[in-house]
Amino acid sequence: MKLRNELKLTMKKVIAVGLVAALSIGSLAACSAVPGGKADFNGNVVIAGSTSVQPLSEVLAAGFEEDHMAMTVDIQGGGSGQGIKAIAAGIADIGALSRNLKENEKSQVEKEYIIAMDGIAIVVNPDSAVANLTVEQIKRIYTGEIKNWSEVGGADAVITVVTREEGSGTRGAFIEITGVLTKDESGNEIDQTTIDALVQPSTGAVKSTVANTPNTIGYISLGALDDTVKGLDVEGVKASVENVLSNAYVISRPFIYVTGAEVSEAAQAYIDYVLSDVGQLTVKENGFIPVN
Amino acid sequence: MKSSEKIIEKLILTSAIVAAVSVALITIFIFQSGLPVLSEYGLLNFIFGETWKPTNGVYGILPLIVGTLSVTLGALIIGIPTGISCAIFLTEILPPKAAKLFQSAIELLAGIPSVAYGFFGLVVLVPAIRNFIVPLAQRINPDINPTGFSVLAGAIILAIMILPTIVSMSQNAIVSVPVEFREASLALGASKRETISKVILPAAKSGIFSSIILGMGRAIGETMAVLLITGNMPKMPGNPLDSAATLTGTIAMEMSYAGPTHQQALFAIGIILFVIIMLLNIIAQLMMKRLGGASQ
Repeated sequence: MKLRNELKLTMKKVIAVGLVAALSIGSLAACSAVPGGKADFNGNVVIAGSTSVQPLSEVLAAGFEEDHMAMTVDIQGGGSGQGIKAIAAGIADIGALSRNLKENEKSQVEKEYIIAMDGIAIVVNPDSAVANLTVEQIKRIYTGEIKNWSEVGGADAVITVVTREEGSGTRGAFIEITGVLTKDESGNEIDQTTIDALVQPSTGAVKSTVANTPNTIGYISLGALDDTVKGLDVEGVKASVENVLSNAYVISRPFIYVTGAEVSEAAQAYIDYVLSDVGQLTVKENGFIPVN
Repeated sequence: MKSSEKIIEKLILTSAIVAAVSVALITIFIFQSGLPVLSEYGLLNFIFGETWKPTNGVYGILPLIVGTLSVTLGALIIGIPTGISCAIFLTEILPPKAAKLFQSAIELLAGIPSVAYGFFGLVVLVPAIRNFIVPLAQRINPDINPTGFSVLAGAIILAIMILPTIVSMSQNAIVSVPVEFREASLALGASKRETISKVILPAAKSGIFSSIILGMGRAIGETMAVLLITGNMPKMPGNPLDSAATLTGTIAMEMSYAGPTHQQALFAIGIILFVIIMLLNIIAQLMMKRLGGASQ
């Protein structure tokens, strides 16, 4: 299964790189055709911040470098908060966040660009009678406080919780947004997911487990939702791309690039690339929701 | 003539060196990557810790060790009697022509990729356990894990996977028992059943035993098939229908996204796996020596 996914991934990469290459040849031709068109320039772009955005940034950067041979993009982690600090200190050109800006951070940011949305669908077995859950209920199911479907309006049956493996980005986003992830007194993050959860190594595996096993609940990236499983409404809102984009669906988060007062030409070129059709296509191909 | 022989000799020497160096390099690499975590976290905390939660910085692999050993043990309990009786049936009872047919079918099992076994387990075995075995077990224990993702599922699939190894090696051992043994036994008035159980099996004992060791090695190291069907729940299994996580499955599943310390911990699991397999091999070889000694 994993092998197949990897194969798929490399296939996707090959296709993406091919596409980008084809388009870059096209745009180069366009550049030379327009008199006074911007010439390619040298430069280095440093991005720091959210580790959730990091994998997407890496794919986007690869496409960008392919497009502009003379430029390099450096991507560092550190977390969303670190992204703000890095642009304030001038260490990075672009800060990456996987959450909205906090009030006290806004003064340090000159401009923000939402580059993508990340939505997670809560899915149950198609035979389930439950159609809607609140975030609090989802949290309590995943921490093991709610153990029976009858406690949330379903049949009298034990809930089988299905989760992703430790370190998975989808799991990270899910536990963060629903509050399964808490902090202890010393500020360390604690993942409270119940030990009684089945662990599946991919979105596909979660989906097929939930589809075939009675009384299961799982979560998958919104882009992977289909008829084999039943997608739940959360707080009365249907999981759909429109509802994520309008911020009505709560188990979602924006991926944001922020910049400080001074933006280098190279950094601006990179952001323009990300927001272009090619960049947004890459966003979509990696399972996130494009914003343009 | 002589110079060509020298060249061939050198070539063979190089191949041997490459093989040996590869093993050494892999060993060094695994130990180098995993030892920092072991020394920092403490070997005993690592091996006997009962919680595996890398996100929280808790690395205890006892549930994974127990998971691996219970799946392997289950596979051996199912696989050994089946494999050995199959080998006896093919060599002693079935006419040679029919035996060849069966034998190639069993050897074909060895050629099926392990992902395919896992997929078969996921689509056929897990639902079968859920629909037929779980309801029976629920009469005794209503709280039993109802999903079918279980140690039992892993054990059954592994038993099928180690069958070709056990059957073909045991078969070789049985065939190489001299015909005189059989003739002498039959001439003394022993029945066929007595000949098989009292003469042939004891004489083929050491070969059969090594087939079991090789099968066990395959069962412990198997990753893909088990990953799909045991549920990967890092919790001590209490009965065969509980879900469990294995050492290999956890490495394969978590390596791709792991942060630096988490990754080192996964390499440390590799070290433990390495040591477990070495220990089992040594124990098995000692037992084999003792068995061989007793039969003479």
